[in-house]
Amino acid sequence: MSLLEFDAVTKIYSVRGAGQIKALDDVSFTLESGQTIGLVGQSGSGKSTIAKILTQLETPTSGEVRLEGTAIPRHGSGLRSYRQKLRMVFQDPFASLNPYHSVRHHIERPLQLDRVVPRGEVDAEVDRLLGRVRLPESIAERRPHELSGGQRQRVAIARALASRPKFLVADEPVSMLDVSIRLGVLNLLADLQREEGLGVLYITHDLATARHFSNEIIVLNQGRIVEQGTADDVILRPQHPYTQELRAASPDPEKFFASLSGTGGGAR
Amino acid sequence: MTAPLTIVTPPTARSRFGSAFAMFRNRKSITGLAILGFFVLVAIFADVLAPFSPTQLDPGARFEPPSATHWLGTTHIGEDVLSQVIFGTRGVIVVGFLAAIIATLIAIVVGVISGYLTGWRSEGLSALTNVFLVIPGLPLIIIVASMFEDPPLWVIAAVLGLIGWAWGARVLRAQTMSLRNRDFIQAARANGEPLRRIIAVEMLPNLMALIAASFVGTVTAAILGLTTLSYIGVIPVTTYNWGTILNWASAQGAFRQNQWWWYLPPGLCIAAIGVALSLINFGIDEYVNPRLRSAGERARAMKKKGLNINDAVTAVRTTPTKES
Amino acid sequence: MTAVQPQAPLAEDPPAETFDALEVGTTATTATKGRSRVPWRFLGGRALFYLFTLWAAVTINFFLPRMMKGDAVSAYLARNRNITPEAADGLRALLGLDTDKSLFQQYLDYWGLLLRGDLGVSLLHGLRPVAEVISQALPWTVGLVGFATIVSFIIGTIGGAIVGWRRGSRLDALIPITTFLSTIPYFWLGLLAIALFSVNLKWFPIGKAYGVGLSPEWTLEFAGQVLHHGFLPAATIIIASLGGWMLGMRNMMLTVLDEDYIMVAQAKGMTNRRVLWGYAARNAVLPQVQSFALSIGFIVGGTIVMEMVFSYPGVGKLLLDATNAKDYALMQGVFLVITLSVLVANILADVAYAFLDPRTRQTGA
Repeated sequence: MSLLEFDAVTKIYSVRGAGQIKALDDVSFTLESGQTIGLVGQSGSGKSTIAKILTQLETPTSGEVRLEGTAIPRHGSGLRSYRQKLRMVFQDPFASLNPYHSVRHHIERPLQLDRVVPRGEVDAEVDRLLGRVRLPESIAERRPHELSGGQRQRVAIARALASRPKFLVADEPVSMLDVSIRLGVLNLLADLQREEGLGVLYITHDLATARHFSNEIIVLNQGRIVEQGTADDVILRPQHPYTQELRAASPDPEKFFASLSGTGGGAR
Repeated sequence: MTAPLTIVTPPTARSRFGSAFAMFRNRKSITGLAILGFFVLVAIFADVLAPFSPTQLDPGARFEPPSATHWLGTTHIGEDVLSQVIFGTRGVIVVGFLAAIIATLIAIVVGVISGYLTGWRSEGLSALTNVFLVIPGLPLIIIVASMFEDPPLWVIAAVLGLIGWAWGARVLRAQTMSLRNRDFIQAARANGEPLRRIIAVEMLPNLMALIAASFVGTVTAAILGLTTLSYIGVIPVTTYNWGTILNWASAQGAFRQNQWWWYLPPGLCIAAIGVALSLINFGIDEYVNPRLRSAGERARAMKKKGLNINDAVTAVRTTPTKES
Repeated sequence: MTAVQPQAPLAEDPPAETFDALEVGTTATTATKGRSRVPWRFLGGRALFYLFTLWAAVTINFFLPRMMKGDAVSAYLARNRNITPEAADGLRALLGLDTDKSLFQQYLDYWGLLLRGDLGVSLLHGLRPVAEVISQALPWTVGLVGFATIVSFIIGTIGGAIVGWRRGSRLDALIPITTFLSTIPYFWLGLLAIALFSVNLKWFPIGKAYGVGLSPEWTLEFAGQVLHHGFLPAATIIIASLGGWMLGMRNMMLTVLDEDYIMVAQAKGMTNRRVLWGYAARNAVLPQVQSFALSIGFIVGGTIVMEMVFSYPGVGKLLLDATNAKDYALMQGVFLVITLSVLVANILADVAYAFLDPRTRQTGA
């Protein structure tokens, strides 16, 4: 079992003319492989900063991030090995793929960079990965603009899985997809997590899918963790006022139809 | 339950090749490329196409208007204007393209690197680019060219290229900076792609349209620069290009004496090449910014239905239409 | 030299760093905090750049005559015997003949001369100081070029706005017409104009800024002469450069008209005129101003040719005459003055842009 530890991480940005902004304030959590943590919060709460720190696009101002006991290295073979073990699926399926290159190129690159399989087997591995995300092999020669949003996101997932990581950071993977296909992509992620034993950090602003998909939920507000616990505990028995507000703000079909039958009139 | 697999037909090899040059596939670009191609062919086959040698004198026929033997008439000492124009095409094409190649290469290196890096290196390269933009080019070339006795074509092309790279570099820098923060570049960085591959393989293909437009624009500028400098006389008149022909024509008073066959064709040729290059650039513009292409079409389509695209309120039809 | 005016890049806004909106405040809240109408930060950055460019231009100017064949320069000096010793010293310092001094010392001397306003003497113009010769020619160029360029910019921009607004109408044909006109080389257009209007129709004089035998004076009659002589060159410049401005403005208009805020403005019931000028054109003109600032260098090139074609007594013609006569001091001086003028014009355009674009006034912009 591998561990990803986020240990008392604080991240401060200095913006010209606006002083300093504390994007993260003493955030700590632990992600085990085989587990899913749902990271919930509104825009600007610091969710994306956590994702950026995990993928090395930002560094913490203080605190440490450890993978399997060692802190994230800055360069060298340690960095390469870290990169191979933690991959990210981005939010915008339209922007996370290079419009110029084919699907095959996108999935090939991590295979070649991390030398996951010997050179002769790369094509076969690409086909295998496409099959795992339930896309036909013929899609490999297509370019991103010829695919739908859901297909693109599956390609992004295949790309993330190529290096056989232990951890996956999914930054709002379904927010920009049609509601009708969200469940399909999320179920795919859940199946893959189970089959590969991945540790998944599922970042979202949507409470409902967080509860459906995660073992544990962390609620983030203005860079601080305000609540943390098992999914059911946090959703059904929220302690912190912010969490309670979040839950109250989610539309609940049961309540709506109940109110309809109460007044007796049709919806306007 | 998984979503049903969509049937996807794999693309043929031909369509993949075609999509790489999609920016050239509209009517405007094709027309422009055709005209340009015509001039390139004339330049290559000048020896075969010209009826006379450009310096061949025909003392009996001076200042003659167009005739059967001399389709474009003759100069003050009996040289055939048509042959001179044909041979002049060579200098124009060679210098134009060479200067543009030099300028575009520099623009790509400076622009993309300064766009991708951050901090003082990026700002420094940008300041360098802006300096070259502000310092006026033509006076500088005039002064530099006057220092040479008889500069070969490639020197002229090199100087023009060194003056003209700054605009393309600036445009490429802006576009690279915006590309740098796109998710797919972040994904490549997170995958551990080395820097040279990120720039060469991931970014450069997305910049192709801009690079093409910048190249075409530089060819135009180089050709105009060359002909202007030749006309002024800064570039010695031993080389043949349309500008030098106009220099002689002007010196011999052709403009005052209405010898239109001497001064009209070279100028029209310059304009024709300029139009061709502009058409190509229009085509690329429309490819990059599809609104340019469709805006006019949409407005015309609406006008046919009796609507004005600028109306704030959508008009309501009271009579049923046959069309869907 | 002209080219089809290069389009300003469709620059995307610089990427915003992600930060907590509640902590730092949105632009709405910042706007109520401090009303800094003068965008100091933006102007300060530009001022630094211009100082650097000025230094670069002076340094290039310093090296120019030193790149030429040394014996040509000293031979040139030797040919002219009537120079006063001080003038000769000044020329030697300017042109790099003080080989007994180190290069750095020469450089400092050069700056000294410049700051005193001493640009040497012009051998072509009867040993008059270069600064005096240039200052006589400069007003002609500034007047002709400045006037023609501003008129062309205004007509082109307004025309482009209208063509963009009435997209799909017959006005669209204006674009290829004006673009064709701007790919014709300046000088050829000028020569044709002379051939047609001066030689054949005799409506306008063939060249020069005023009639032969007259000297400049502030009379109405002289002013009339100036306008008469200047009409053809100005008209040629305007026609040739119109296309670029029109194309750029029309393209920007088409992009802006697609934006949602235009639709909102129309839905609010604003008159078409207000939407066109107050909303669409107002936003589309910003890249045009940037384009204008950057193309001033190109415009200068075009006017040099124009002055030669029309024998107009401006700095362009001065430079060409100096180049032909190998009057090195004059060449150097004219180049410096032209560069300085371009810099000043750029600064003015930047200031205009800073006040037009509210984004430059933001903190942290």
